[in-house]
Amino acid sequence: MTEDAPSKRAISGDGELPSRMSRTANRVGMAPRLPRLSNIKAGLGRPARPGGGKATPIIPQQNVAGRALTLVIAIMTFLCCLTTGAVSLVSDAATRWQSQIAREATIQIRPGESFDMTEALQRALAIAEDFPGVIDTKIIDDEETGRLLEPWLGTGLDLSELPVPRLILLTIDETDPPDFPALRAALTAEVENLSLDDHRSWVDRLIKMAGTTIIIGIAVLTMMIVATILTVVFATRGAMAGNDPIIEVLHFVGAEARFIAREFRRHFLLIGLRGAISGGGAALLIFALFHVWSINSMATPQGDQTSALFGDFSIGMTGWLGVAALIMVIAALTAITSHVTVLNYLGEMDRRALEQS
Amino acid sequence: MISFENVGLRYGMGPEILRDVSFDIPERSFQFLTGPSGAGKTTLLRLLFMSLRPTRGLITIFGRDRAQVTRHDLPEIRRRIGIVFQDFRLLEHMTTWENVALPLRVRGREESSYAGDVTELLKWVGLGDRMHVMPQVLSGGEKQRVAIARALIEQPDILLADEPTGNVDPPMAHRLLRLFIELNRSGTAVLIATHDLGLMDQVEARRMVLENGHLVTHD
Repeated sequence: MTEDAPSKRAISGDGELPSRMSRTANRVGMAPRLPRLSNIKAGLGRPARPGGGKATPIIPQQNVAGRALTLVIAIMTFLCCLTTGAVSLVSDAATRWQSQIAREATIQIRPGESFDMTEALQRALAIAEDFPGVIDTKIIDDEETGRLLEPWLGTGLDLSELPVPRLILLTIDETDPPDFPALRAALTAEVENLSLDDHRSWVDRLIKMAGTTIIIGIAVLTMMIVATILTVVFATRGAMAGNDPIIEVLHFVGAEARFIAREFRRHFLLIGLRGAISGGGAALLIFALFHVWSINSMATPQGDQTSALFGDFSIGMTGWLGVAALIMVIAALTAITSHVTVLNYLGEMDRRALEQS
Repeated sequence: MISFENVGLRYGMGPEILRDVSFDIPERSFQFLTGPSGAGKTTLLRLLFMSLRPTRGLITIFGRDRAQVTRHDLPEIRRRIGIVFQDFRLLEHMTTWENVALPLRVRGREESSYAGDVTELLKWVGLGDRMHVMPQVLSGGEKQRVAIARALIEQPDILLADEPTGNVDPPMAHRLLRLFIELNRSGTAVLIATHDLGLMDQVEARRMVLENGHLVTHD
């Protein structure tokens, strides 16, 4: 002790004077002797904390801001995943429509005065069968034609009494399609009232429509992702604002900036994961329910219509991977935002100290 | 250990809050820093704790020029300085025990290596039976003792206390003062910022009086 150490005058107390201090005996009441904390420096083991249990996280696990952030992340992830799934669904469906239509062509023969339809069908069939690039041919018989017309004309139809065109379906080799103009010329030269529909106009329009749909979907998805990023960034910063006192205390007790940033990053990564998994999981559940519904609705008019448009309503591997990637990206984004915010905040504290002086 | 030479400080373009302040804080010393409200006591403490930089003058802390201390050096130096705030600044979601253990925890130490010390220190400040309660249920005096224990757990070379008795009744202020004296006896320099004359009258120790930005020392 130096000459600067205090002498005591009037303090009286109930503390026991340790023997090592008796040399400087005084009239001042003493506090109990300060325990020797030598093992702090030696790092020797001591009994665990009284009561045991898990250490409380340095950042409080859940508060109002944390719960709100979890909810915001869940909602944004849900919407993003729905958009991703929808784009994937439309893209897959468009590809399927295009492929299905490109595989077929149709010969249509219209009835006429003193026209032998059966003979015309057989002649057209014979030409088409032998044409290169045509894999298979099939005449739509009376029964099938009747079924096709049933929704409009009802049952018990006598086709001989009606001028109903007859159809021949041609299955096309996709890899080596026939020369449609040559086929059309060969057919029309031999058979009257015949037309060949190779569905090119449909395919072209479908390609354009599918392309436009996908571009719109990607644009919507991009906007959704940007909105999600901004929402997550601002919501994370908002949730961080309530933790300023904790950052200050950690700063004052000598925590290094990277320690503080790591604690916050871990905390917000968990919030991000929780929110993103909830939102992404809900979106996947919706897709799974639609998938189950479409399977159960097979062979019903609604099911057939949906199936014709969207297949089995499955988002496919791309969709699943997209949703999983979104969950990871959003969780990582939350963690990175909190990390950067903490470092900025600590830098701001130091800057304030400089600017104030 | 710490020395100020002609230190001046102003906030922005305002008037100088501290003018030509010069003093030394030797190792194991005990001193009060006093002066009327607004005299600059807290500002001087902030300079000592390196959360402010002086506008002019030279500050040497543990042999290092403050001007040369970078942001990355601060945590290491701050671990040698314990600080007790008037408003305690305890983490409300942690128990008394965890608040005291915090400085060691942030250093990445294994809990088993310091658990006993935290318990002993809490017993020393008279909170052996309040180790598992949350700060919300502690009285002002108890919170202040938790803050003191937190400042001491790393065995700092100097303890800075800003109005440590400002929120407690006289008997508790008396008890806290005894803790500071005992702490000083064990080798830690102590600087208590206060305007409580009654508290200072209980101990004969150096008084550093701030008035109109100037510091006068009465040994």
